[in-house]
Amino acid sequence: MHPAFSVIFLTTLIGTGQGLFLALYTGQVYAFFHLLSEQASKGFYLGGSLIALSLLIAGLIASFFHLGHPERAWRSAAKWRTSWLSREVLALPAFMGMVLLYGAAHWLDWNQPLVTIGTLTLSATMVFGALGTVLCFVLFVCTAMIYACLKFLQEWHSPLTVINYLLLGSASGFTLATAYSVYAAPELMGFYGKWAIIITLLAMVTRVASLMRNCKLKPKSTLQSAIGVRHNKIVQQAQGFMGGSFNTREFFHGKSKILLRSVKWVFLITVFVLPLLLLAGGLSTSVTVLLSAAFLVQYAGLLAERWFFFAQANHPQNLYYQAIS
Amino acid sequence: MEMTQLALVIDLNVCVGCHACVTSCKEWNTSGQAGSMSDDRPYGADPTGTFFNRVQTYEIGAFPNTETLHFPKSCLHCEDPPCVPVCPTGASYKRKEDGIVLVDYDKCIGCKYCSWACPYGAREIDEHQKVMKKCTLCVDRIYDQNLPEAERKPACVLACPTSARLFGDVHDPESVVSAAIRENGGYQLMPEWATKPASHYLPRRKTRIKIHADELSRADNPLKKERQLPQPGKSEPSLDDVTSW
Repeated sequence: MHPAFSVIFLTTLIGTGQGLFLALYTGQVYAFFHLLSEQASKGFYLGGSLIALSLLIAGLIASFFHLGHPERAWRSAAKWRTSWLSREVLALPAFMGMVLLYGAAHWLDWNQPLVTIGTLTLSATMVFGALGTVLCFVLFVCTAMIYACLKFLQEWHSPLTVINYLLLGSASGFTLATAYSVYAAPELMGFYGKWAIIITLLAMVTRVASLMRNCKLKPKSTLQSAIGVRHNKIVQQAQGFMGGSFNTREFFHGKSKILLRSVKWVFLITVFVLPLLLLAGGLSTSVTVLLSAAFLVQYAGLLAERWFFFAQANHPQNLYYQAIS
Repeated sequence: MEMTQLALVIDLNVCVGCHACVTSCKEWNTSGQAGSMSDDRPYGADPTGTFFNRVQTYEIGAFPNTETLHFPKSCLHCEDPPCVPVCPTGASYKRKEDGIVLVDYDKCIGCKYCSWACPYGAREIDEHQKVMKKCTLCVDRIYDQNLPEAERKPACVLACPTSARLFGDVHDPESVVSAAIRENGGYQLMPEWATKPASHYLPRRKTRIKIHADELSRADNPLKKERQLPQPGKSEPSLDDVTSW
């Protein structure tokens, strides 16, 4: 497939925003169960929520560049019963609204206990956070299923696609939370940093697993099944035009195998290896700038990861476009 | 199954690759109800544009045992079209009454997701109108009561000089397309994705006669027609000697 930068920015930006929200709420849940002695300030939550919301808005804006008719985008909420894209279109603003509500509730100090169970006090911010978490996971699943549901794009048609969107988004969000806490809540830096390392390691395992799976894929469609001729040697002589078409522009990345392989190694290093080293370095020394660097490197790496995700997918329609003439 | 499903049957045995179906399709549809199909640099070095139908060419086998196959390619109007459920707006739909898969150009947002969901590459975005386009089976002419009945067919079918393109209802067992599929080995493209394409292809067919060696002489010869007749001896009287006229 031809990687579209609008979609690369959409999926990476909202993934980071979602991960950051999960990080904020994880901190609150730890405090709720008295597992974390430090409770962050309301400013920390409001600021974090606004950063997450900004990332989600930036992703939404990027997505409009993918549309031929952005002014009709409202129509895309119609077919949520059958289309994962339509479901994402509903889940994204719902989640954005809940992130805003979550940040606002913290700012307005809606921490009065609604229900008290023993020593645990459930407040409005906890409820909004829980609802936001549900919507966050729904959004991860919708975004990933847009790709994973296309069964003949075999590289995408796997549960690993969903797991990777979830873990890669969360990893970048927790790394951002680590960098953010340096300035807003230094006492939480270690907490977020350790989670960022754990999730980045998990994401590395599942992303490498999907790379290994894709290496072994055997295309179900062949030129024989595409044109229905049983012969081992079929060569295309003409594809019906000589100047290219939508078929040749949309479904081919047009880059060399060497470049593709290089991008793979670049993202494996910049999404996983370097951020892990920078996070570990930043946490063990007190050179906190390393933590900010970890996020920037990881986000840049995710752009490469997402580019590779699209470029690696081999569409069966390409069988019909092997030779110009 | 009882509902109508209009489709094409393309006979690869008689297609000569003349592209008349391509040009007639473009001519009809660019000036039809759905509006123009835009082109870029039509007379330039790398012309490109929107087409509903293309003819491709393949070479099968290695020299000297090669065969040229011309392969017209357009939307197959799948009975289970994967492009329809993924459309977020409902712009892509399959008509209940005749099974034609269509795009509502006024609802399409140009997200291209349907084209990703078509394994055949049958959909093309119009680079100027920014909406997804595809074969309509000439829906604006096959029901046109102002046309003589014989002309209520897709433009490509009417244009084909070798009658390689048949049009009809593949759910009606008596239709010309059903008979062609049934009797001439009609097949579907990429059956592995279970899209159930309504349009079928007829394979290249060879006409061969198998003659066994014993068929070159008569196996039984009741009238002894080719038997070696006994030769009379030289001293035997001839026919003239024994008959008197």
